[in-house]
Amino acid sequence: MFKLCSETDRDPHAMSITVRYFASLREQLGASEASVSADGIRCVADVWQRAQPGRDLPPRVLAAVNHAHASLEDTVTDGDEVAFFPPVTGG
Amino acid sequence: MAVVLHSEPLEPFNLVNEHEGGLSPGSFGACALFVGTMRDFNDGDAVTAMTLEHYPGMTERELALIEDEARTRWPVQDSLIGHRVGRVEPGQPIVVVAVWSAHRQAAFDACRFLMEALKERATFWKQEELQDGRRRWVSPSPQPLSPEGRGA
Repeated sequence: MFKLCSETDRDPHAMSITVRYFASLREQLGASEASVSADGIRCVADVWQRAQPGRDLPPRVLAAVNHAHASLEDTVTDGDEVAFFPPVTGG
Repeated sequence: MAVVLHSEPLEPFNLVNEHEGGLSPGSFGACALFVGTMRDFNDGDAVTAMTLEHYPGMTERELALIEDEARTRWPVQDSLIGHRVGRVEPGQPIVVVAVWSAHRQAAFDACRFLMEALKERATFWKQEELQDGRRRWVSPSPQPLSPEGRGA
């Protein structure tokens, strides 16, 4: 017997994107982490719209994909970690 | 090359001594060192403490990339970046950057580059506690004269 791939066999995390927020943005949104479906997501801007529907990306907010600085047009795929944060103030 | 994030008070001179102890004696002729310390004032207000948030994983990665970049631009023998995270009080060190090289010019230039690149790219965020009880997130200041950065 062949075993068919089915929805129930699918790893639920394989089709999701982890979203993280830091610093003042985390406080404004009242959340530090979320998970959104990767279905139909192409770029960083899509991730924001799915995670924060109806809310514009605040001015000057920066993004990262898998721990690397990214632009809003950068590609996002299943299993990626996408972060949004204000300008950095270290040092 | 080393990146160290500390949630306990940073001891910059001990860190530098310890790191230099691992280098081959006589193999370098210069060590340039920068230490940044917390002030008790900012933007005209008295500041009693500060909390440094970071993005675990990304912050370390970004600092290591900055060190790699310095190495491609100057003859750097070794470098060290140490940074505090968590709650810091006035007078405590926040950051230490050290660069070892054969000659002073590369050491000075690479040290300056590392510090400016850290301020521009590394994912740290400061929240101040003011004397009147308010808490506020620090806004990035315009870049100082930085031949390497994006400028003011």
